Amino acid sequence: MNSLFSQEVPLSWYLLLSAALFSLGVLGFLIKRNLITVFMSIELMLNGVNLSFVTFAHQWHAVKGQIFVFFVMMVAAAEAAVGLAIIIAIFRARATLAVDRIDLMKL
Amino acid sequence: MNGYLHLWLIPLLPFAGFLLNGILGRRLPKPLVTAIALLAPLAAFGVVLSVAQPFFGIGPVSGSPAWVETCPQAWINASALHIDFSFVLDQLSLVMLLVVTGVGFIIHVYSVGYMHDDEGYARYFSYLNLFLFFMTVLVLAGNALVMFVGWEGVGLASYLLIGFWYQKKSAADAGKKAFIVNRIGDFGFLIGMFLLLANFGTLTFSEIATKLGQDPGWTGGVVTVIALCLMLGAAGKSAQLPLYIWLPDAMEGPTPVSALIHAATMVTAGVYMVARTHVLFDHSPFALGVVAIVGAATAIFAATIGLVQNDIKRVLAYSTISQLGYMFLACGVAAYSAGIFHLVTHSFFKALLFLAAGSVIHGMGGEQDLRKMGGLWKKLPITFAVTTVGVLAIAGFFPFAGFFSKDAILYAAFLQGPGGKLLWFAGVVTALLTSFYMFRLWYLAFLGKSRGPEIHPHESPWSMRGPLVILALLSICGGWIGIERFSSFLAPAVGAKAAEAGSPHLEIVLSIVAVAVALLGWLLAHLFYREKSTLPASMAVALPGGYKLLANKYYVDEFYGAAVVKPLFATSKYLLGWVVDVGLLGGIAWLLGGIAMLSGAILQRWQSGNLRSYAAWLAAGAAALLLFLLVPWPTVLAGFLGIHFGMAGH
Repeated sequence: MNSLFSQEVPLSWYLLLSAALFSLGVLGFLIKRNLITVFMSIELMLNGVNLSFVTFAHQWHAVKGQIFVFFVMMVAAAEAAVGLAIIIAIFRARATLAVDRIDLMKL
Repeated sequence: MNGYLHLWLIPLLPFAGFLLNGILGRRLPKPLVTAIALLAPLAAFGVVLSVAQPFFGIGPVSGSPAWVETCPQAWINASALHIDFSFVLDQLSLVMLLVVTGVGFIIHVYSVGYMHDDEGYARYFSYLNLFLFFMTVLVLAGNALVMFVGWEGVGLASYLLIGFWYQKKSAADAGKKAFIVNRIGDFGFLIGMFLLLANFGTLTFSEIATKLGQDPGWTGGVVTVIALCLMLGAAGKSAQLPLYIWLPDAMEGPTPVSALIHAATMVTAGVYMVARTHVLFDHSPFALGVVAIVGAATAIFAATIGLVQNDIKRVLAYSTISQLGYMFLACGVAAYSAGIFHLVTHSFFKALLFLAAGSVIHGMGGEQDLRKMGGLWKKLPITFAVTTVGVLAIAGFFPFAGFFSKDAILYAAFLQGPGGKLLWFAGVVTALLTSFYMFRLWYLAFLGKSRGPEIHPHESPWSMRGPLVILALLSICGGWIGIERFSSFLAPAVGAKAAEAGSPHLEIVLSIVAVAVALLGWLLAHLFYREKSTLPASMAVALPGGYKLLANKYYVDEFYGAAVVKPLFATSKYLLGWVVDVGLLGGIAWLLGGIAMLSGAILQRWQSGNLRSYAAWLAAGAAALLLFLLVPWPTVLAGFLGIHFGMAGH
């Protein structure tokens, strides 16, 4: 299976896809105004990283990478619960989800 | 020797009184405060009497009765510096202790009546006991540093008591003035101590005497400098030229304080110190000459100011300065025992005069102006009688106490060669002036008609009259011991004076001259203030310059104000206040604040509150970190530089 994989799809392709996913997440985080979209961009980044973890785990036959992925998914789920709760609270309080308007920390 | 009584008790008893009255005084009933305040000095006096026995040949005597007591633990012990907290009881400190605790106790009793209605009754007595504590430490000190502790302590007590009525601005100012002027003298004392340590390696009086005795050729030079520094300290404490200015102002304090501290005891500390360190002065003729000249000049100078003062206490203050000048004059001609003798008799009659003045002020309801008194002899008969004794004693009439001591000083001065004749003459002129201004006070206050508003003076209570009578008796009899017996008693402590070239005949002539001069002063005062009471006013008109000069005390206060205080204020205000404080320190503070504000203004741009900008910085930071970690910088840089060098090599 290892040989099949490496023959069919090279390692660098996985990594490139992972980097592309991560970069898209960063880009979305930076340019999107809607808080939910920003939140989704974070998930995208996390999953981009997950992909590279799995790839390397497969490449080096190390199970650690896969365990890391489980951890990341777990944290992501918890984060999603907390983050969505925060988003709902913000929306109730301010009736907006525009990131630029949520600027209480501004001087 | 006297194994069961310790010298430590002498200062500690008043100190206990100070603590009790100082801490609990306000809550204790008045009779208890009085009892504590009186018992402390009385017990100290009792201890002094009991330790005095061997000196008078009572009780078991073994060898020299001088008694040194040292704290078993070294006080300061730092490599070469080794100082004990030691007390010394010899003839000199014994005489001083008897005066300090004895006269001190009498004045405490007087204070009970005088301060009876004062709010700060307990505070007053706690300060007074504190003063006795420090004064006895000063007197008992076995080395210069212990003496300095007492020296500063009496300064503190004096400051507290001058400013006792601190609500009055003039009293508070007078306290500060006394303290500050004394600091100048203390500076001299300190420098003298440092020089002693540097040159002798010890501050213990007996060791200094031993070291000087081993090398009789040690004169002048550093010894002169040390002696002059100590003399500066003595001049500050004992109100001599040029540091006398604080004493007249010190009269703002309660009158018993003026009697105890500013007449009888504390101001004589300078004389005592010179007598205590007499070996140094003996080895420096120049310093002795300075002491004599300062003393004589002060005596005459203060006496002339005393001629025209109208405040009864200020007359006495200038008279005190003048009499202290006599004592220094005596020390300056190496007649230390005569100086100490005058110190003792002066403490009797000057305390008496001050307390009598206090009685007058008390009876007049606080009036101190001589011009508003007059005719008091009928209303205050006892005060009048004791004042008469005091005036006769200070003027030097036979057989009052002042006669014997003043005579001894003048005689000793006369025997000091041609310079001594001059000193003697200054002393005689001072005696004339003294007699004149004291009788002037006597006439103005007690004789003639009352010039004040209609008040009814009343004689003081017995607690005040009793001390007056005791002091009056002492002022009469205090001198009868005679200078010969007194100086032979003191000889072990201050050294016997070299055989004098005088004769009994000469002494009698000089005595007659002194008494004649005193009589002349009385006659002049009688003429001025009894016969022709318009004469002083017409004199003042005829000699406006002279009168003004004296009435304004030679403008010395004004001179010091212009020469010292004003420049100091100006420097403080303009240089220190504006340039250093506002300009330099304020500038630095503003600069630091400005830097912080400016950098804050720049850095706050980051804190936009915009979530996406934070995220962008985070991403940029992560990217920079990656760049830093992943790029092999050494190789890159080396290649880059190598190219450069390679190009330069061409």
